[in-house]
Amino acid sequence: MATMIENEVPQGLNADPMIPQLYRIDRVRDETDDTFTLSLVPENGEAKISFLPGQFNMLYVFGTGEVPISISGNPAMTSVLEHTTRSVGIVTKAMGLLKPGDQIGVRGPFGSHWPLNEENGRDFVIISGGIGLAPLRPVLYFLMAQREKYRKIVLLYGARAPEDILFKKELERWRGKFDLEVQVTVDRAASGWRGNVGVVTPLVARAPFDPSNTVALLCGPEVMMRYAVMELQKRGVPHDRMYLSMERNMRCALGYCGHCQYGPGFVCKDGPVYRFDQIASVFGKSEV
Amino acid sequence: MTPKAPRFNNCAVLSPQQLDQLLQVLIKRDYEVLGPTIREGAVVYDHVDSTKDLPAGWTDEQAGGKYRLKRREDDALFGFVVGPHSWKKYVFPPAMRLWQAHRSDGLFQIVPETRKATKFAFIGVRACELHALSIQDKVFLKGPYVDTVYKLHRENIFIVAVDCVQAGGTCFCASMNTGPKAAAGFDVALTEVLHEGRHHFIVRMGTKAGADLMSQVPHEEATAADVEFAENLVAEAAKHMGRSLDVNGIKEILYRNIEHVRWDQVADRCLSCSNCTMVCPTCFCSTVEDLTDLSGQQAERWRKWDSCFTTDFSYIHGSSVRSTPRSKYRQWMMHKLAYWIDQFGTSGCVGCGRCITWCPVGIDITEEARVIREGETLASAAG
Amino acid sequence: MIHTLESVIREHPFFQDFPEKHLAFITGCAKNVQFPEKHFIFLEGDPADEFYFIRGGMVSVELVIPHLGPTTVQTVGEGEILGWSWVSPPYRWHFNAKTLKRTRALVFDGKCLRAKCEEDHDLGFEMLKRFASIITSRLDATRLQLLDIYGHND
Repeated sequence: MATMIENEVPQGLNADPMIPQLYRIDRVRDETDDTFTLSLVPENGEAKISFLPGQFNMLYVFGTGEVPISISGNPAMTSVLEHTTRSVGIVTKAMGLLKPGDQIGVRGPFGSHWPLNEENGRDFVIISGGIGLAPLRPVLYFLMAQREKYRKIVLLYGARAPEDILFKKELERWRGKFDLEVQVTVDRAASGWRGNVGVVTPLVARAPFDPSNTVALLCGPEVMMRYAVMELQKRGVPHDRMYLSMERNMRCALGYCGHCQYGPGFVCKDGPVYRFDQIASVFGKSEV
Repeated sequence: MTPKAPRFNNCAVLSPQQLDQLLQVLIKRDYEVLGPTIREGAVVYDHVDSTKDLPAGWTDEQAGGKYRLKRREDDALFGFVVGPHSWKKYVFPPAMRLWQAHRSDGLFQIVPETRKATKFAFIGVRACELHALSIQDKVFLKGPYVDTVYKLHRENIFIVAVDCVQAGGTCFCASMNTGPKAAAGFDVALTEVLHEGRHHFIVRMGTKAGADLMSQVPHEEATAADVEFAENLVAEAAKHMGRSLDVNGIKEILYRNIEHVRWDQVADRCLSCSNCTMVCPTCFCSTVEDLTDLSGQQAERWRKWDSCFTTDFSYIHGSSVRSTPRSKYRQWMMHKLAYWIDQFGTSGCVGCGRCITWCPVGIDITEEARVIREGETLASAAG
Repeated sequence: MIHTLESVIREHPFFQDFPEKHLAFITGCAKNVQFPEKHFIFLEGDPADEFYFIRGGMVSVELVIPHLGPTTVQTVGEGEILGWSWVSPPYRWHFNAKTLKRTRALVFDGKCLRAKCEEDHDLGFEMLKRFASIITSRLDATRLQLLDIYGHND
């Protein structure tokens, strides 16, 4: 028996969402020893880039493979797409070797986004660790662009060492210009580092935000987020105002290859950004 | 679970010869006719040119980790239950190329695979398999994105369902409310009747296309007694299921027992071989493989069936989220019976029993679910 | 608005729900101090007879490693407690504490508190409970730090 098919393909996507669109590398910027930001422009010059902070793309390196990478650029910018990643696997290592002018395949954007427009008038506390700052950079761009709509904005950021801190210049600029409270901490530092040493989660306890009117955005290693959630709970931030960006093995990004399952959902379509109460039943359980 | 079938009054009766004529009409209408046939000691789905290709006079014996073909004492064409194949292989091919890419001068071009629409006729689809198809429809067609390959193959299928008049040793469709009677999702449905020397099929029409086809096939009208007799056979099969699974509250029970010791116990037996996922008619996981030729100028992407039992399945940066048999089996079973309900609004299990039969060590999903349920009952009785 | 020593102590989370009857004594043990930048508040091996509430600034808890020089193990900032070696024998500091900025703090006389806690176990238990929770969270943090969670695993 024939089946009824009525779905519409989401706008802005190719009819077959498995086919990558070609982009050209405009610029490669080394952020740290092993992380870099790619600026991409569509080969089809008419395509306008549009995404919501927190979403990701599937990036394809010719012949090597495809990986999910969160978008790290400014959401207000429609001509350039930015991705920040770390060389860690075969594909991201190959990606690190690409040069301006080279091509890359892009599918997306996919997934859920951070709550921003719906949270006017609140404090924001952003807790991130390591490369986890990349998907939060669009949030900072977005919040800084309309700084007056929000109250306190606090970024608590943990990195391995001072030389692993991402987006240093931007953080300094925003801190100076837009009343962004930035607290960075590193796991280890040689003498000469005058900032915090220690993990990021204890910073939550004394960060200046009003727990009764705060939205918390978390992205980083799962174990870091577990402790951060506990600290936020201690401060009294309700579960439905904590948002976490989760990571699993996204392959198709369309919700039907099964790889990115996380308990009752798929990270590629229900995530990557979850409101904490949506995943509380499985969060922190081992090997889910 | 499935849409309500349109009602076309009056059942028909077909003799085995007339059933063959039905197949011939389908072939004449350019359908690729697929049905059960015997290969390598099992009933599998393949091309059939006529009813002669069907496993006449064969039945199967199934138990945990066991499958045997056996001769019947009659010439029943559908006198067995389900084998290792399911229909998903036709709509969701085990391996297929998605696209090719060519590179020259540092630039590349992606060439999508061209695909022709298919026109499959599935003969002998069981009630559990109709449900499995409808479940995979939800996965591939009803989400935010439509899988173009699945859609292409799925759109024009003509389905001839068969009611089960005997239950297999590992069957539990009755408890899953998915059989043994084909309720919806077919064009025509047959009940095979062998009684007092008579051999015929009672035919119900499920769609206009089914009724239209029947108009091209010589047949008789079924009497009320014929229909009642056939219905009794199916009802009798429902009473003889080899297994049963109590689905009442199963999702909540499993969520509550995500750290149950039973997962460790089943992990002691599970080989992580992934047989259960390959034979399961609803399992839909796939992976993609990117290949290049030696020159590095030609690349291809393939999509292949994958299994949550492989370690690579949950890989992220340098390691796997689920690396132990415990977590892999738990993921599979919780997906089938709990997560699936949250994901797609239906159970992911249709009670076909394949995962039990084809598990090399005979792990039984109904038994695993029962132990976890009984653990709760005992705990609450003691507490 | 003038904060008296007692109100500062009373409002600090460390003393949340602290029995009223002990507050005056605690306040009697405390006084305000200020340290310039790069000042050693205490040195490894010295007698540990006090602890600090950091009210502003930042302190580095350091260890001198022969071939690496002074290495920061942890920093303690505004609102946090510095020092618990005064609680248990041999009452000597295990690390150096050096200010990274000008730092304001309340210093508590640990020697006097120790004696009082021995005498009055209710007070002793209240203090120990609070220090145990600080030690627990420091231990959690140290474990996380050891995990090297930001991943350089290749």
